[in-house]
Amino acid sequence: MTTSGLAHRVTRTWILLALMLFAVVPLLSMFTTALAPPGSTPQGLSWPSDPHWHNFVDAWSAANFVALFRSSTLIVLGVVPATVAMATAAGYALAQLNVPFGKAIYGLLLVGLTLPFEALITPLYYDLRSMGLLGTRLAIILPLIGLLTPFGVFWMRAHFLGTEPALAEAAKVDGANTWQTFRRIHLPLATPAWSALSVLFFLSSWNQYLLPLVLVDDPTKRTVAGGLGAFQGQYGTDIVLLCAGSLLIILPSLVIFLIFQRNFVKALMQGAVK
Amino acid sequence: MIAASRPRGEAAPSVPALEAMRQAATVTDSSSVPAARRRRSWSALLWVVPAFGMYGVFVLFPMLQSVQYSFYDWDGIGPATPAGLDNWKAIFTQPELLQAVVHAFVLVVFYTVLPVGLGLVAASFIRELRPGAFSTTARVVLFVPQVLPLVAAGIAWTWMYSSDGLVNQVLRAVGLDQYTRAWLGDLAFALPAVGVIGVWVMLGFCTVLLLAGIGKIDPALYEAARLEGAGRVGEFFAVTLPGLRRELVVCTTFTIIAALASFDVVQVATQGGPGYQTMVPGVQIYRLTFLQQHVGQASALAVFLAVVVLVVIWPIQRLGREK
Repeated sequence: MTTSGLAHRVTRTWILLALMLFAVVPLLSMFTTALAPPGSTPQGLSWPSDPHWHNFVDAWSAANFVALFRSSTLIVLGVVPATVAMATAAGYALAQLNVPFGKAIYGLLLVGLTLPFEALITPLYYDLRSMGLLGTRLAIILPLIGLLTPFGVFWMRAHFLGTEPALAEAAKVDGANTWQTFRRIHLPLATPAWSALSVLFFLSSWNQYLLPLVLVDDPTKRTVAGGLGAFQGQYGTDIVLLCAGSLLIILPSLVIFLIFQRNFVKALMQGAVK
Repeated sequence: MIAASRPRGEAAPSVPALEAMRQAATVTDSSSVPAARRRRSWSALLWVVPAFGMYGVFVLFPMLQSVQYSFYDWDGIGPATPAGLDNWKAIFTQPELLQAVVHAFVLVVFYTVLPVGLGLVAASFIRELRPGAFSTTARVVLFVPQVLPLVAAGIAWTWMYSSDGLVNQVLRAVGLDQYTRAWLGDLAFALPAVGVIGVWVMLGFCTVLLLAGIGKIDPALYEAARLEGAGRVGEFFAVTLPGLRRELVVCTTFTIIAALASFDVVQVATQGGPGYQTMVPGVQIYRLTFLQQHVGQASALAVFLAVVVLVVIWPIQRLGREK
């Protein structure tokens, strides 16, 4: 029993370590490559004898990162607050109010949940062209709001279905109207739901690749991910610069994740106790 | 006075993506609201109009346009000519279109089957560990690929697979020089190589979601299984697997959509090549519209892809709802 227990523990540790290695190795390989002498072709994973940290500075200016981050920030600011606000309102109404044709509206929104972006990209291109928006950030922002909406409504509706009906009843007895009930009772209680949705929407806007690729030619008006695509096209042969640039570009996503990681580990643990 | 007293049901939001998918799975079976609370009011429509308006203009309307385009021959500039069902027939008769659809299903093995399988193993192993630095690190490290832009995943793995990349470096180090190759340019290995990128991206997502699910299984069930003399494997099949039904449905749904509608990784890593060896519908639609100006053909494939995803996902969702 003890020997088989020990054998199991050893196997378990090795398998987990192997999977973790699989997860980090491509990033490690990028990192060591990014430090190699500029213009060289190093081996996949080899620590350079003389690490060239300056490569990150070169990549920073080569990819015009200041413009790229600024553009991404503008796009995120255009997409996330508006989408979260509209989805919260719609989710609340569909869960708590008697919306005329509510079932039909919700049914149509459900269709959008599984719709691949590629299925819409062709007509979107021609529509935005006739609106004269092609090549502007609005060409990314507006469709992205529409594309993220079904998921947002879905998520917020699920939250509002779970709120205690007695609360709204009590507020109504106190003479509060629909807006006051929403503003004073439901919205504060929904903070965890809409803030989590915001993080999710941040990541999907920041990492969006297809829309910028097709709808905006100028890389400095794209998202970071779209800019990275352009950067790869331009510097694809300079593997050292490409790795340095890619690492810079993924850094914000990584930082956001690591910040929120603490919260969600705690939440998962609480869920486990319950 | 009223608001403060409400007990928090679920703790704080957990991993947003996970929680999202979980709620996505639950939402359909919790839609009953007491009729007494409902009073039909047209002003309630105002709450829904902004969201539904944006959705209508930028999703529903283009979707209908796609359907319309699919019956025409159009180069995007000149006049469109009616093409009947030609574009639709081509999906089933032109090898490079049909192949793309087949490849999408091959990718399901890599995006769904392997990550869910390995995720089950990883999650049950992490569960057995005492909570501490190692189990936390394992969870965080495995999840990292999921938060990066897929473009970055494509670039990282293109370098891994290149002639000087790590894969070949390892093969040479262990004396298997004759197996080294430019993996993404190899006719036989390109598609599986792209698939492995999918495993890399999806493994952490599945592991963390399944781990959260295991945490919710009643420990008494494990105790009962142990009292009946079930071993680790018996316990897994009798308690863990049935307890994870909902999480499994969510994992499968999310990863299958990612596989069938893959674009970013393939576009960055291979652009569908060599030849058509890694061509998928997403990339094919992009090429047909923006490089070859076959807007009608691209639209037919786009509508077909949307329908395929729906048809595959629907029964899985039903499976999740059955008690």
